[in-house]
Amino acid sequence: MMDTGRNDRTNEPELTDVAPSSLSSSSHMTAAPAPPLQESITWIYRHSLPVRVGHWINAAALVILIMSGLQIFNAHPALYWGNRSDRSEALLSIRPVRMENGEVKGITTVLGHSFDTTGVLGYSDHTARGFPAWATIPGPQWLAMGRQWHLFFAWVFALTGLLYLCYAVVSRHLFRQLLPTRWDLSGLGRAIKDHLLLRHGDAASGYNVLQKLAYVAVLFGLAPLILLTGLSMSPMIDAAFPWLLHLFGGRQGARTIHFIACFSFVGFIGIHVGQVVITGLVNNMRSMITGWFAVKEGRDVA
Amino acid sequence: MSLEGLTRRRLLQGVGGTVGLLAMAGCDNLSGSEWFRNLLGHTEALTERMQRLLTPRNALAQEYAESEISAVFPANGNSDPGTQEYVDMVQQHFVDWRVTVGGLVVKPTRFSLADLRAMPSRTQITRHDCVEGWSAIGKWTGVPLGDLMHQVQPSSDARYAVFHCADIDEQGIAYYESMAVEDLYHPQTILAYDLNGKPLDVPHGAPVRLRFERQLGYKHAKYVMGIELVGSLAGIGGGRGGYWEDQGYEWYAGI
Repeated sequence: MMDTGRNDRTNEPELTDVAPSSLSSSSHMTAAPAPPLQESITWIYRHSLPVRVGHWINAAALVILIMSGLQIFNAHPALYWGNRSDRSEALLSIRPVRMENGEVKGITTVLGHSFDTTGVLGYSDHTARGFPAWATIPGPQWLAMGRQWHLFFAWVFALTGLLYLCYAVVSRHLFRQLLPTRWDLSGLGRAIKDHLLLRHGDAASGYNVLQKLAYVAVLFGLAPLILLTGLSMSPMIDAAFPWLLHLFGGRQGARTIHFIACFSFVGFIGIHVGQVVITGLVNNMRSMITGWFAVKEGRDVA
Repeated sequence: MSLEGLTRRRLLQGVGGTVGLLAMAGCDNLSGSEWFRNLLGHTEALTERMQRLLTPRNALAQEYAESEISAVFPANGNSDPGTQEYVDMVQQHFVDWRVTVGGLVVKPTRFSLADLRAMPSRTQITRHDCVEGWSAIGKWTGVPLGDLMHQVQPSSDARYAVFHCADIDEQGIAYYESMAVEDLYHPQTILAYDLNGKPLDVPHGAPVRLRFERQLGYKHAKYVMGIELVGSLAGIGGGRGGYWEDQGYEWYAGI
């Protein structure tokens, strides 16, 4: 449970052409001339054990929650606002439609605009279904089982998240590594520009400002939002906390927000995994598995 | 760089593809295995305990205004029992219909529709949340089950009320549902005979259906023919407390 902060361990300067970290040099580095013959690597203990364990448990839980959630969504593939699901008032609907020639198409309607989404949404693998089998747990249409997966991993996700949050406060991980400082925020504009140009500085010693903002937004925004909108779909919880439904635009509103939050998580995961890959897959994965992150000395910082 | 990029891309594709395929096959295998379903099932008890802890026993489900009633209240599940016995009852406007309240009670009693209508009623405009995800609002009028219980007096070893219904599926399995005895006394738990001010029609469960607010739609049994108080759900239907429960849905349907 100890967060030792920067527990540095410097290797002997030795040839590093075949060191694992060379695999991970990000692509923008390749424009630089041939690597120096002698290069030293500083090992930084970047992620403490509770952070690593929490990360992987909830990474798995989140993927399962998304896929089992799509299974549940498929039982009624439409979204609404308010407390009623009046068919004519749907904000989004995914339907199989039989054409005049007998062919079945998947039609997705968003705010009155219809799109042919055959093969993915509405009709896939010769089956009428909202999201396709590859995106749902279980694969076949099976609402009861999807709910079992979803509600089990919802508990895993919530409890792991809560433990992580307690740890982050008690160990001061939250204040030291996660909350952006005023200095961080003053460099926000530059950081956005650099990221858009896929120019990642050497930020190994800590999270950069965009990372901090993204993680804080997930931790204090998206995760609580998806948990609370999920709970708002419970008629029992609604009886105990009626204000939840006022907050989220009714029971169907809560369901719609839950769905949007789900796809915000999908977006987050996409960007997060993309960043992990382009800033050094092996080094990043090693640091989230073992804790140790390699920093090359004398690296030219873009 | 190109070699490195290629290797990395291939590595990623390989790893990603393999993990994805294994995970999907694994999830479907797990879904089919008894022990894993039992593991997942443990959350039901946890959810029930937590929700009952957080929710005051008599906390009411939200009630709505007349203006918020759904224009069309979907009639999901069975929309007509269709048996000869039931068809005859419909033709005679349920004059000979009786609901028996028996089992572990001091005074087993049979009630006619007229008996129920003569008792003090409760009208509530509530939201019906189907397990599939849709919601509809309707105005229900009926007899609080607590009032019926005061007449029949459940014995101290009664733990559940089982609702036996007239609808039978294609395989000949009758619909049934159950609830904990304490939930019978919730003010909004009623045996409803009117929907939106008119006698219940066949698709919505004539002559009476259960309203078990604060629980998902499949708990609200239609076509109720008998109420039996029992000490255990074992031996009734598939033993899991309800028609849908026997097919893997939760008995505690609070979420």
